[in-house]
Amino acid sequence: MIAPEETAAPANAGAPLQEVRGPSALGGGMRRFLDLLWLMSVTEFKRAYFGTVLGYLWSLIRPLMLFGVLLFVFTKVFKIGSETVEHYPVMLLLGIVLYTFFQEATSNAVNSVVTQEGVVRKTQFPRLVIPLATVVTGALNLCLNLVVVFAFIVAFGVAVTWSWLLFPIALLLLFVLTAVVSMALSVLYVRFRDVAIIWAVVSQVLLYLSPILYPVDAFPEETYERLLMVNPLAVIFTEVRVWILHEPGAPTALDAAGGWLGLLPAAAIFFGSCIYGIWVFKREAPRIAEAL
Amino acid sequence: MATEETTLEPSSVKLDAATSSPPAIVVEDLHKTFRIPTERVDSLKERAVHPFASREYRELHALDGVSFEIHQGEFFGIVGRNGSGKSTLLKLLASIYRADSGRIRIAGRLAPFIELGVGFNHELTARENIVLNGVMMGLTPGDMRRRVDPVIDFAELREFADLKLKNYSSGMLVRLAFAVMMEADADVLLIDEVLAVGDASFQQKCADAFHQMKAEGKTIILVTHEMAAVEAYCHRAMLLHEGRIQHIGVPAETGREYLKLNFARDGEGASLGSRGEAEGARLLSCTLEGGEGEELSTLELGEPIRLRVELELLQDVPGLHVGFVIANADGLGLVEFGTPVTPEDGELVAGKRVVVSADVDNSLAIGRHYVHCGVQSANGISIYVANAISFVIFGAQQTRGIISPRHEIEAEVVDGASG
Repeated sequence: MIAPEETAAPANAGAPLQEVRGPSALGGGMRRFLDLLWLMSVTEFKRAYFGTVLGYLWSLIRPLMLFGVLLFVFTKVFKIGSETVEHYPVMLLLGIVLYTFFQEATSNAVNSVVTQEGVVRKTQFPRLVIPLATVVTGALNLCLNLVVVFAFIVAFGVAVTWSWLLFPIALLLLFVLTAVVSMALSVLYVRFRDVAIIWAVVSQVLLYLSPILYPVDAFPEETYERLLMVNPLAVIFTEVRVWILHEPGAPTALDAAGGWLGLLPAAAIFFGSCIYGIWVFKREAPRIAEAL
Repeated sequence: MATEETTLEPSSVKLDAATSSPPAIVVEDLHKTFRIPTERVDSLKERAVHPFASREYRELHALDGVSFEIHQGEFFGIVGRNGSGKSTLLKLLASIYRADSGRIRIAGRLAPFIELGVGFNHELTARENIVLNGVMMGLTPGDMRRRVDPVIDFAELREFADLKLKNYSSGMLVRLAFAVMMEADADVLLIDEVLAVGDASFQQKCADAFHQMKAEGKTIILVTHEMAAVEAYCHRAMLLHEGRIQHIGVPAETGREYLKLNFARDGEGASLGSRGEAEGARLLSCTLEGGEGEELSTLELGEPIRLRVELELLQDVPGLHVGFVIANADGLGLVEFGTPVTPEDGELVAGKRVVVSADVDNSLAIGRHYVHCGVQSANGISIYVANAISFVIFGAQQTRGIISPRHEIEAEVVDGASG
């Protein structure tokens, strides 16, 4: 400790001065952003599986339980499923697994920024990583669950066709929608704590306003079908059913909406959500540390 | 170490060396104001019910036109009382807050941390956390995986590397955090009050690491209340007060300004000024001095203790008694001594100042010590200021005793009776 020191040449000699612009959504470069996003998502994912006794099973049990109950109710009690839809159980299972991803990721994202308070207030951390990590963790989970679901689908006798290749498009749309909704919710929650309660209700309502429990053509009147297609999630689920299960009578989203014009509201909501999510997050990101 | 750095001369030599290098951080006219709503609107309902209700704010000028330059290879201290704006400044430098106006420019990579252990996930093992923390500091995951072993060795946590952090003791956590920061190899480091962590041997290690970084020419900003640390490590120090720069200069000078500020009469109760006053007399200052009369807050083991107390008489007194108690960090009084002040020393009338100096052999063990100071007179003046001075004895000689008197000890090997 008492060893004499020489003032050596500065380690960072020659590095140019760079303006410090304050916190932002991406903060500190794209590479660091992606590294952090991936690392945080994967560690959280691993933690969920290795931290509990039954690990992965838990994340599967929840949608499977829901599936079992709903299958019983809709095929034995109400009898819509078994009579009108050829592959009702697989339609239900696929729908529930996809919707579980949306619901879990968004509801985890709501308070993600607030629970990571320490990181936000004490380090220069790219703010966007926080809500997106919950979405990516959910997506990793979804990928595992889909393996089980597809095994089920094949076992149920659904033919493997070329249209399965279109499935990633639906996944991408769902992922983007989940991500932008999560971004908006996470920063709004910092300022308005009611967001969590409101979103719990809204996400419950959205489950029933999407053709998951029932086929899109279950309605006696076309008007309801058209109205349902205002929900971007409904459009995605309708197309998934067509692409994966390819039942002869199942209408495409285009059929259900009654033409391209009918799909406009859903597209508007989708892109509107994207723009709003990005805009509000970008606007709030520099202020999160102060508002917490 | 202290003799080298707390005396004025070597410091100013170093200062020249440091200020001749190019700037690492340039801050120009920085302003930051916080708006604190007097009535916080936290729910949408309140917003909806009172959409146009004027929301009142109290403005808090955390930083009010701060400009300074830090040079590459400089170890720069920022001191100030609570609420002086030093943490805000640090958060602005680290891009955690956004400045209202002004410019900050930094050369090289900055470790974006202002507190140790932030971002640790307690459900993960030390290894995983090291990688995560390193990536937060801007390294790649691959790079960081290669550095895991050196970090664990530095932190002396080899046996616990695969233990989840939730099972760590707080001391182990701090060691790990410090080790990660050291290994992350940033050009500019921001450090907020971390020196008083870990056990004595780890503190020593931290001190060594700081000296090494200093030797490597890293730029380091240390924010602290503790003048001892500033004087021990820093080339220059800045004193912030109410969002403005009060002083920039060599640490010893800044330290004096800081203590002056702390002892100022308008202090918040904790200062000597308000505690050291009784009817009839006022304690002006109570200081620990070095060989040339400069104020110290650290002493090397065995270095003589010089205490100086200055008081002002507000009324005539027949005689006074001024005394000191030196206590250790546990509050145990170790030494007590005092002196009478009689009219033979000078006229004891209102308006006069009394200066008492004491030279004491230093047999204190290393660690923090406090000086309590008392003044009494026959006609009823009674002042007692506990912890009037706080200082640290440092040195390499650990002891389990409460004092370390100078000693000579020798061993001899002699033939046994049977041999």
